[in-house]
Amino acid sequence: MAEITPEQVAHVANLARLDVTEEELERFSAQLSSVLLHVETIRRLDIAEVPPTSHAVPLSNVLREDVERPSLSREEVLAMAPESEDHRFKVPRILGEAP
Amino acid sequence: MSPAPLSPAAATAGRVRRGEQRARAVVEEALEAIARREGELHCFNEVTAEAALGEADRVDALVAAGTDPGPLAGVPIALKDNLCTRGVATTCSSRILEGWLPPYDATVVSRVRAAGAVIVGKTNLDEFAMGSSTENSAFGPTRNPWDTTRVPGGSSGGSAAVVAAGGVPISLGSDTGGSVRQPASLCGVVGVKPTYGRVSRYGLVAFASSLDQIGPFATTVADAALLLEAISGHDPADSTSLDLPVPDLGRAIDAGVAGMRVGIVSDFLEGASPGIRHAVREAADALVAAGAAVEDVSVPTLLDGLDAYYLIAPAEASSNLSRYDGVRYGLRVGAPDVAQMNARTRAKGFGEEVKRRIMLGTYVLSAGYYDAYYGQAQRVRTLVVRAFEAAYERFDALLAPTTPGVAFRFGEKTADPLAMYLSDLYTIPSNLAGHPAMSVPFALGEDDLPVGVQVLAPALGEEAMFAVAAALESAAAPGSRGPVPAGAAVVGR
Repeated sequence: MAEITPEQVAHVANLARLDVTEEELERFSAQLSSVLLHVETIRRLDIAEVPPTSHAVPLSNVLREDVERPSLSREEVLAMAPESEDHRFKVPRILGEAP
Repeated sequence: MSPAPLSPAAATAGRVRRGEQRARAVVEEALEAIARREGELHCFNEVTAEAALGEADRVDALVAAGTDPGPLAGVPIALKDNLCTRGVATTCSSRILEGWLPPYDATVVSRVRAAGAVIVGKTNLDEFAMGSSTENSAFGPTRNPWDTTRVPGGSSGGSAAVVAAGGVPISLGSDTGGSVRQPASLCGVVGVKPTYGRVSRYGLVAFASSLDQIGPFATTVADAALLLEAISGHDPADSTSLDLPVPDLGRAIDAGVAGMRVGIVSDFLEGASPGIRHAVREAADALVAAGAAVEDVSVPTLLDGLDAYYLIAPAEASSNLSRYDGVRYGLRVGAPDVAQMNARTRAKGFGEEVKRRIMLGTYVLSAGYYDAYYGQAQRVRTLVVRAFEAAYERFDALLAPTTPGVAFRFGEKTADPLAMYLSDLYTIPSNLAGHPAMSVPFALGEDDLPVGVQVLAPALGEEAMFAVAAALESAAAPGSRGPVPAGAAVVGR
């Protein structure tokens, strides 16, 4: 029986890079548990021998010639960035130490 | 049989190509029709009136110069707001992409323009196409033109409603688990999900990449065929796009259904409302009258598809939506370090349903659960494919309800995610298998609201599907399809 505790929800929220409130922890815990309860039926199906279908169309290794072609300019790519500097995306500090 | 209904997009394109009507006049009329009801219905995130008139003038200039603008010459079209339009905001009805101007056009956008169509705006949807009612839009819901106290369905609710309201004759949506067919049924218009790979997904903002497919809305089967032909075909920019000729759907429609074998998916009838069950039975009778051989077929595994879908789609979504991190585009919420910036941006930018699916998808893909949930769901997907294959040994196409019920009221299913998910029960299997399916308005059901019946076909079986759809259209009940005459909507049926 699958039940997701608020602690597990907090762990998953961290993996998903999503801030959640205490109230959301409780609500998602109940709602995700109910969805997982619903899918219990397929979890119990004895189909270990059935190959998985990951894609509806059996195409693989679709290749193209490795040749230069025009792409978007830096200006176009950076135009919608929340912050940029010197032709680069700018973000807050990445390492734990204060600057 | 009644004569095939007049196809407004085809008729308009014909007049514009022959120089009998100016595209500008057509587009002005559409913009007026949209403006009359937009305040009440909220079909659009943005109406691009000025750009549309400019495009119309370009079409008129081509005609004046003796150049054929294409099979959709001067036809106004609305686009779901998850299709990238260069320089025109593409929001997915999410705060996280509010105001984002794509630097390129989706392939379908270039193709409809190359066919002469005139884009009039971007339509409302459930945020990132996650939902079945358009209630999950960050910018407010769209209302059903048949009854404004009810939802238009979703996630392509705006695209379905604007066609049903007579604003435009054709529009585009995307269908991941029924997001074209379900709103088509609820709004009394034709809606098509093509075979996976028929239509390029380049520039469609990804939700669940192995299930997503762009498809047309129209008031008639012939107009839907015209639009599907215009957007189909190989695109090197989408590696899942099929390198196959575009089928001649007009010829398939003319060929009729005499001698075809059609199965009624009996398992899908059990959970449907009495009005919808009745409509499917009447549809079967109509096909028999048109010369098809029709019998019931049980395809029980299809119902396991819902569970597989609600593991696979969130899993793929959690991966696809990781790109909204406040770095390259869209919303950013400030924070002292980048990890907190990511988490706060996503918390503020995403709505509740999107968060729920990201959480569910992240959970089922996380260490220790991958095989029990995601792996098992992919095996169930194989069972669904096999179940369809068995049915298609005996039948050329299948007939089923599109939805379990008619359009529901606002708020009716928002408290219980599972109840909302169930409204896609009959549409999901085609996405899992990658098969084509379409909804055709056929009758009026409970509360005199429209009911679509669904035609399903094997992969690349669009010709058989359109032949069946056209036969059903000829036998549909009067008054069961859009456009709803302005002012005729009954509030609170």
